[in-house]
Amino acid sequence: MSPTITTSSEANGNISSATARAAASAGATAEAARPQPVTMAKALNAAMADAMRADESVLVFGEDVGMLGGVFRITDGLMKSFGEQRCFDTPLAESGIVGMAVGMAINGMRPVIEMQFDAFAYPAFEQIVSHVAKMHNRTKGRVKLPLVIRVPYAGGIGGVEHHCDSSESYYAHTAGLKVYTPATVADAYTMLREAIDSDDPVMFMEPKKLYWAKDLVDLERLHEDYEAKADRGTSTEGRAAVARSGTDATLIAYGPSVPTALAAAAAAAEEGRSLEVIDIRTIVPFDDETVSASVRKTGRAVVIAEAHGFASVSSEIVARVQERCFHYLAAPIRRVTGFDVPYPAPKLEHYYLPGVDRILDAVDDLQWED
Amino acid sequence: MTISADHTAPKTTQAEPVPEQSGDTYLAGAAAEAVRKFGITAEDYMLPARHQIQMVDQDGNLKHHSEQGAEPGHEYPLPGDDELLAAYEQLVVGRRVNDQNSALVRQGRMAVYPSSHGQEACQVASALCLAEGDWMFPTYRDAVAVMARGVDPIEVMTIFRGDWHGGYDPLKHKVGIQCTPLTTQLLHAVGVAHAAKLRGEDTVVLAMCGDGATSEGDFHEALNFAAVFHLPVIFFVQNNQYAISVPLAHQSVAPSLAHKAVGYGMAGERVDGNDVVALLAVLDRAVKLAREGSGPLLVEAHTYRMQAHTNADDATRYRQDSEVAQWLARDPLSRMRTYLFGRGLLDDDGEARIAEKAEAVATQLRNGLGEDVPVDPQDLFKYVFSTPTPQLKEQSALLADELARDAAGTSTPTEAPE
Repeated sequence: MSPTITTSSEANGNISSATARAAASAGATAEAARPQPVTMAKALNAAMADAMRADESVLVFGEDVGMLGGVFRITDGLMKSFGEQRCFDTPLAESGIVGMAVGMAINGMRPVIEMQFDAFAYPAFEQIVSHVAKMHNRTKGRVKLPLVIRVPYAGGIGGVEHHCDSSESYYAHTAGLKVYTPATVADAYTMLREAIDSDDPVMFMEPKKLYWAKDLVDLERLHEDYEAKADRGTSTEGRAAVARSGTDATLIAYGPSVPTALAAAAAAAEEGRSLEVIDIRTIVPFDDETVSASVRKTGRAVVIAEAHGFASVSSEIVARVQERCFHYLAAPIRRVTGFDVPYPAPKLEHYYLPGVDRILDAVDDLQWED
Repeated sequence: MTISADHTAPKTTQAEPVPEQSGDTYLAGAAAEAVRKFGITAEDYMLPARHQIQMVDQDGNLKHHSEQGAEPGHEYPLPGDDELLAAYEQLVVGRRVNDQNSALVRQGRMAVYPSSHGQEACQVASALCLAEGDWMFPTYRDAVAVMARGVDPIEVMTIFRGDWHGGYDPLKHKVGIQCTPLTTQLLHAVGVAHAAKLRGEDTVVLAMCGDGATSEGDFHEALNFAAVFHLPVIFFVQNNQYAISVPLAHQSVAPSLAHKAVGYGMAGERVDGNDVVALLAVLDRAVKLAREGSGPLLVEAHTYRMQAHTNADDATRYRQDSEVAQWLARDPLSRMRTYLFGRGLLDDDGEARIAEKAEAVATQLRNGLGEDVPVDPQDLFKYVFSTPTPQLKEQSALLADELARDAAGTSTPTEAPE
């Protein structure tokens, strides 16, 4: 199952943030840190390094995560910084990786494991659904599984077959799994720290098309803030973010679709329509409160997701909003999702992915004339 | 653990040096010693004996050392008298537990019970070979092994009584939950061993499965992971000849299941699974080797599931009475009783005391499983996560409201009208 995608040149140039940060803490503390362009990949890497530094029981393993630093370089430098006992490569077997992580979590460790690509996680499905999700319940809370399963997911990178699945609905449908998916660089850092600190198992869905997206972020500051937080561990769980405020309609999105929704809101603003954008952040647990408050305010909503629409997270969101906001709605809730087809080949994927125009068309369709 | 007598390598000469890349994980500890001592290759060391290790035959006679199938390297010392007596006591208790539970199922007081009747020697030995700090990962058919490990019988039977999917505390007893999805627990065993090794603890983990389960992918992944990470895991396969209805011949055409060890670079051994003496000897050594750093080992025990898969199964559809009769003659209890009486280690008084202990456990099961234990419907929501989500709290309130209306007699029955 070796990856057939070439990572971007940025990936290859990504220095070990663990090493860089170790150097920073060694000497240059006096230097005033300032926000600078940071990729989501680097933020995720820093989150793991900081978590490993904070807690000896945090271990990172998976396929190619050691010497290579992962095919997306998310674990770059961790083996070098923390040794082969704490960051290591496993044999090529996803069920084995998850199953072994379950045993390690039973025996006092906090494993953070990588499934190399979304569709490569399917051999581990039995372990995830039958054990990871159920252990806490089956043992009446006696056995906790503080385990993070990182899944680079979704499309938009021109990947070959089996490298671009939006698999979040499978996990969200399974009782006992938490499902996180960050959309910003700062959230990527904080949410991964919180996932690692969580006593419950977390499916951590990383939108791979955002790995190389940059935000202005001060990683040192994020680290300090995280350590100092009173609500450390739970500041993002079950809390959607208002990514952009607006008054006319609400765009509800998560993970890879958030930047697309923001672009659509910016375009709509030029046409004089004020759209609010909600970033779900954690699909499980779901923040009904923030989502409902926004839709009650605007009276109109469009749900945006890359995954197939049928029986999906997006259909769940529509159902929940309808149940809670029916009397506030001026129009039926619309969805802009991937078509119900297998994820397309690279030259066809732009037809499949929700884009700004398709979102704006859906917004136009929200019965404004009434 | 193994040396094949008919192997081509002459016993009097030194073996070829093992290639460099085989390295120390390939030839650690006992393996390296055997290679030096017997002048064999590492591959020879990993092979199981040509025949099952048997120490007490089906008539209760101790076999002479030379008859035990003991080629060089497969000679096992006789376990101590105390261990043999303890094993016999557990055998009798285990048999009583199996038969009592089957009776409770017939009476409708328990939903289902996969009996290990006939496999009690394997059950008992897998518990007795472990130290207190060691771990066991059992399957659904290993209730007797879990009890022999010291877990309260009623807690063990909770899963079959039907009030929750598990009854005992895995962390307290160092016993994994009795696992239904085949061989998935072997990987948990590997993970527990790996975590212990990283902390420098000398924990040994016994990972149990059956013959049919060796066809599962997780069997392969678990053995390979344990071997690659050089972990102290003993994979203990109870080959009871059937996976529900399908005989072993339809699962595997390997020379034996123990031979699969070689493919992973670990040692394998096969043993008469109805001879508790041989089982203790082989498993005790396996535990010792694993604790000393040998890496994982695979032990296959040949035994027989005397009863149907569960009460819902009809074994007459797929096997002959004559085959069952053959195995009845190899019963693990009767041969041990004959052997211990012959050695003067057991007399009528001792036997009566053991029977009394077994009866006490049976009484405990009858009383404990006969009770109508109240279940709390709110438990449904309590343990899904460490803290219930807002959605689970809503659903919990919905059910509480329903129950309140039930109690007030204002609800509409869910059952369809006559």
